Amino acid sequence: MDAITFFIQAMNGIQYGLLLFLVATGLTLIFGIMGVINIAHGSFYMVGAYLAWSLMGWFGNFWVGLFAGVLVALFLGLALEWLFIRFLYDRDHLQQVLVTYGLILIFSELRSILWGDDVHSVPIPELLSGSIQLTENLAYPIYRLWLSGVCIVIAILMYVGIQHTRLGMMIRAGESDRDMTKALGINIGLVYRFVFALGVSLAAFSGMISAPIASVFPGMGNQVLIVSFVVVVIGGLGSIKGAMVAALMVGLIDTFGKVLNVNILGINILPEMAGMSIFALMAIILMFRPQGIFGKGH
Amino acid sequence: MPVSDSLLTISGLNVHYGLSHVLHELSLDIKCGETVALMGRNGMGKTTLLKTLVGLLPSTSGLIKHLGQDTRGLPTHTLARRGIAYVPEGRGIFKNLSVKENLLLAARPGVRGQKDWSFGRVLDSFPRLNERLNHGGQQLSGGEQQMLSIGRALLTNPDLLILDEATEGLAPLIAQDIWRIIDVIRQSGISSVLVDKNFKALAKLSDRSVVMVKGKIVFDGSPNHLIENPLNLTKWLGV
Repeated sequence: MDAITFFIQAMNGIQYGLLLFLVATGLTLIFGIMGVINIAHGSFYMVGAYLAWSLMGWFGNFWVGLFAGVLVALFLGLALEWLFIRFLYDRDHLQQVLVTYGLILIFSELRSILWGDDVHSVPIPELLSGSIQLTENLAYPIYRLWLSGVCIVIAILMYVGIQHTRLGMMIRAGESDRDMTKALGINIGLVYRFVFALGVSLAAFSGMISAPIASVFPGMGNQVLIVSFVVVVIGGLGSIKGAMVAALMVGLIDTFGKVLNVNILGINILPEMAGMSIFALMAIILMFRPQGIFGKGH
Repeated sequence: MPVSDSLLTISGLNVHYGLSHVLHELSLDIKCGETVALMGRNGMGKTTLLKTLVGLLPSTSGLIKHLGQDTRGLPTHTLARRGIAYVPEGRGIFKNLSVKENLLLAARPGVRGQKDWSFGRVLDSFPRLNERLNHGGQQLSGGEQQMLSIGRALLTNPDLLILDEATEGLAPLIAQDIWRIIDVIRQSGISSVLVDKNFKALAKLSDRSVVMVKGKIVFDGSPNHLIENPLNLTKWLGV
């Protein structure tokens, strides 16, 4: 592999990792702060992608469609928290998994009724449709660079929001001691509603911005959910910093696993077993740190 | 301090933990500006009563009135906003927040807009916290945690401070510091309900002593009257 190809694959890996971070961070926030295992999280990613397809087509403008889609996702998150999730805070994880699995089925049916079962594609907006020429024969798409930049900006905003604002203090306090937070006059129910809606919006937003570089198809939510869980487990349940590190690791390993050739004792390890690479990474990390890289353990 | 109208009135209160009946037909009146010492051996229902008052536990029956208004069913954060501050037995420090953040999170004017306890006044009252403002909650000693928990409650500018196990597990010098600040709180006119095992210190600082045995109030009267009767102390408090 020459240096330029390596560079391009590294950029692809980082971009995929940053996108995974956006999805996984919502999952880890909802678990870390509210204690809820939300296996419907992948459905929000799928809903985002379908919203992008229909709203961007409807408005005829990528940016307006994106804005409208985020608003819809935000209201969807607020409504779901009020209708279902708020009843799960004091329930055990099995009940949380059952209710959120029910949500997966509901969203799958709704998607089929509203949008059908076909595969769709979303065009890249004209403003971001070009490429940067790296060599005579190799170019890197501007859209992918923009996508990575957006993910980095959101990660920084989340860090600042959680570490340096009053709302962030409330969120961290709720994570530490729910009853004491309430006893200080903070409406923790409202804080949780906001966190859940934020998680839903992040997942949907990821689905929206990934739609132009990947197809929009019915099973896309389940695919991303599994990889996001791998990210959350590697990073440590509830850790946003862990989600970032793990997402980049998973993104790079998954990308390079598909392009590298590794042959040991005559057996083609890569790329034949590339699909297993992130699970092998998870197994190795859990052997040494069962609580994940930045997990607190119990 | 002069004591006048009722701040909190509890009548016929019953609380259950599942099938276990913990508080039995409990009645108690706390007046504005009054300091009440709540005493009793472990497991007699003191913490259950305090948690019920701040809305962290539901009552089965009975009335709790704050300034004449029924508070049953009100969420904990609403009760806090109405001026009831709580310092729990385990101190309830947010370990992932710094000392400064723990304090700032609570800071707000009282229900009548009073701002008697400011960030600066709390730090003046607890100079040790001033030295550790940027330390994480988990880095504090037990005494510092208790100072932070009390300081944080005061920053809500409450009308009623509920303090569970005020000096439990603290070194005598630190405990003295806590009693000093409790006296300052008392002088400032904030009503309080204090729970502690040091019945002598409680007697000095309270207007009234209340003793609980098996979820019932068996004594409600003058602190001197309680400590002058060693038989009662032995029977009810095991001292």
